Amino acid sequence: MGSLISQIQAVVAMNLRSLPQRIWMSLATLFAVAIVVAVLLAFLSMANGFQQTVKNTGSESLAVILRAGSQAELNSVITRDQVNLLSEAPGIVRGDKGPKVSAELYVTVDGIKRSSQTEVNLPLRGISESGISLREGFTIIEGRMFEPGKNEIVVGSSVLREFSGFELGNSLRFGKTTWTVVGVFEAGASVFASELWTDVRTLQSQFNRGSSAQVIRVALQQPGDIGAITEYIDKEPRLNMDVKTEAEYYQEQAKAMSDMIFFLGWPLAIAMALGALAGALNTMYNSVAQRAVEIATLRAIGFRGVSAFLGTLVESLVLAFIGGLLGTLAAFLLFDGISASTLGGSFTQIVFSFELSSDAFVQGITLAMIIGLVGGFFPALKASRVPVMVAFSVDP
Amino acid sequence: MSQKQLFELNNVNKSFTKGKEEITIFNGLNMSIKEGEFLAIMGPSGSGKTTLLNLLGGVDRPTAGDILFRGSPINNLSEGQLSKWRAEHIGFIFQFYNLMPMLNAARNVELPLLLKKLSRSQRRNSVDTALKLVGLEARAGHQPSELSGGQQQRVAIARAIVSDPTFLLCDEPTGDLDRATAVEILEILQLLNREFGKTIVMVTHDPAAAEYASRCLHLDKGEFIEKDLAA
Ligand SMILES: Nc1ncnc2c1ncn2[C@@H]1O[C@H](COP(=O)(O)OP(=O)(O)O)[C@@H](O)[C@H]1O
Ligand SMILES: [Mg+2]
Repeated sequence: MGSLISQIQAVVAMNLRSLPQRIWMSLATLFAVAIVVAVLLAFLSMANGFQQTVKNTGSESLAVILRAGSQAELNSVITRDQVNLLSEAPGIVRGDKGPKVSAELYVTVDGIKRSSQTEVNLPLRGISESGISLREGFTIIEGRMFEPGKNEIVVGSSVLREFSGFELGNSLRFGKTTWTVVGVFEAGASVFASELWTDVRTLQSQFNRGSSAQVIRVALQQPGDIGAITEYIDKEPRLNMDVKTEAEYYQEQAKAMSDMIFFLGWPLAIAMALGALAGALNTMYNSVAQRAVEIATLRAIGFRGVSAFLGTLVESLVLAFIGGLLGTLAAFLLFDGISASTLGGSFTQIVFSFELSSDAFVQGITLAMIIGLVGGFFPALKASRVPVMVAFSVDP
Repeated sequence: MSQKQLFELNNVNKSFTKGKEEITIFNGLNMSIKEGEFLAIMGPSGSGKTTLLNLLGGVDRPTAGDILFRGSPINNLSEGQLSKWRAEHIGFIFQFYNLMPMLNAARNVELPLLLKKLSRSQRRNSVDTALKLVGLEARAGHQPSELSGGQQQRVAIARAIVSDPTFLLCDEPTGDLDRATAVEILEILQLLNREFGKTIVMVTHDPAAAEYASRCLHLDKGEFIEKDLAA
């Protein structure tokens, strides 16, 4: 079968070398595939980046405790008494200053998104010193920490970047109260970088929340093990609460959003892929028509139909593959690492970066190759069936 | 010269359906072609010359009747068998040369050899020999677009003979060329017939071209009127 392989090699090479004769149509197909892949990768990297950000937020060694059924921090209410009761629970780390428990308040305030100048909700978290000590990645990178009792806030680095008016020293009005930005903090890639933080007692008094909190974070003796606390809450009638590890909590918050990005992205990419497929089919049928005499001549000489089939198919696959690579490159240059913000699970903004994964790359190239395969298959079939008689057709 | 029959056509019918209409080109055509002859087929446009060539080349099939090649029918071979048969026995020469525009002369000539189990150096030797025979060894590296019509047809002839086929089928090989260039081509064909024993069937509407053949058949309305040119 050595001769069949050399026939196919020769025909494939001829097809590819004749590409410049169809340069514009071929380029159009190539770009159509590139755009489809770039759009798909944009969505996939968005979903991935969002997931990464949220994944980095959750710690296995912290538990998040909310009022039963409230699902998100924003919807929960916890009283002072409940906080005190919970501090007695087993399974919580106890240090020199007592149990590592942080009762936090979580409210939303207005912000203006730099890119679109639209008004969005930003989370303002009231937190105590012990709450800050629970956050491992926390550092002040500019200015200083807020002082308890003063209307001072520190802002996450993502907030500073994505929303206007939060520069160091600025005064801000939230409702009837005025606040000053005294510092900027970083918290790894986590969602906390999209938050504003202040002293919990100050926030309670300024927002008329009395002594109530919305969420309790506790340090777990055994990372990931919430069994003891859950059991304690179940047995204590005054406590009606849900316990999750912090990692689990943010995973759940993120899932709905990344699912939406994913399920919006794929259908859009597929709709566009159908357009690119129509273009590829058109280009390849054109290629076959243009090469009909050449194909027939080769058939007259004795070349097999399968070589015409494969030559056409490979041409289509090569176009699609280059398009796919181009789309990947474009996505990489345009989207990778750029940051975006979107509504998190609790209707506040979460700032995250687009992150291209190797998985997304494989999916993009696969989609391109499917376009190339289907777009090449039917024209290739036609190529293999060009009547040999065409070689003798009178028109040159 | 051997007088064995290369081709025998017995009661060949050929008709095309064009829409609802059926056009009959041949109705009970009989002919034979001897090994080693140079046969010219003449006739007005539309008389069926190309159709006959297609039938002889196993490129098209008769509607009825038999086409015998060295005594065995080719009209019932499968497509794959016909491809193989063509590769082994026929060199085609076309009016418009039908070279692959993206391959240089040597690569074009090499094409039929890709169907055979030959080493690269064997292929190169055969290509060199064929190009030398048509006087184009100096143009081996040229693209078809860099060659004149006559030179392109010579490359096409080299391609037709490179795998040493039994016979050549030429459809108006000089139809696109001026007189002087046509003569060069015809002299090459005559050489191939006389010195190398290739059987040649050449379709032409040019009486001057037909004079290079050893026999000439006139096709008119699907029938032959025979004239012997070999004096
Ligand atoms: N594939 C085909 N389908 C329908 N009609 C055809 C086909 N090929 C040839 N014909 C018709 O058959 C007749 C003979 O054609 P052809 O053999 O090409 O003539 P010539 O080569 O002598 O000019 C013409 O009338 C032509 O229109
Ligand atoms: Mg004709």
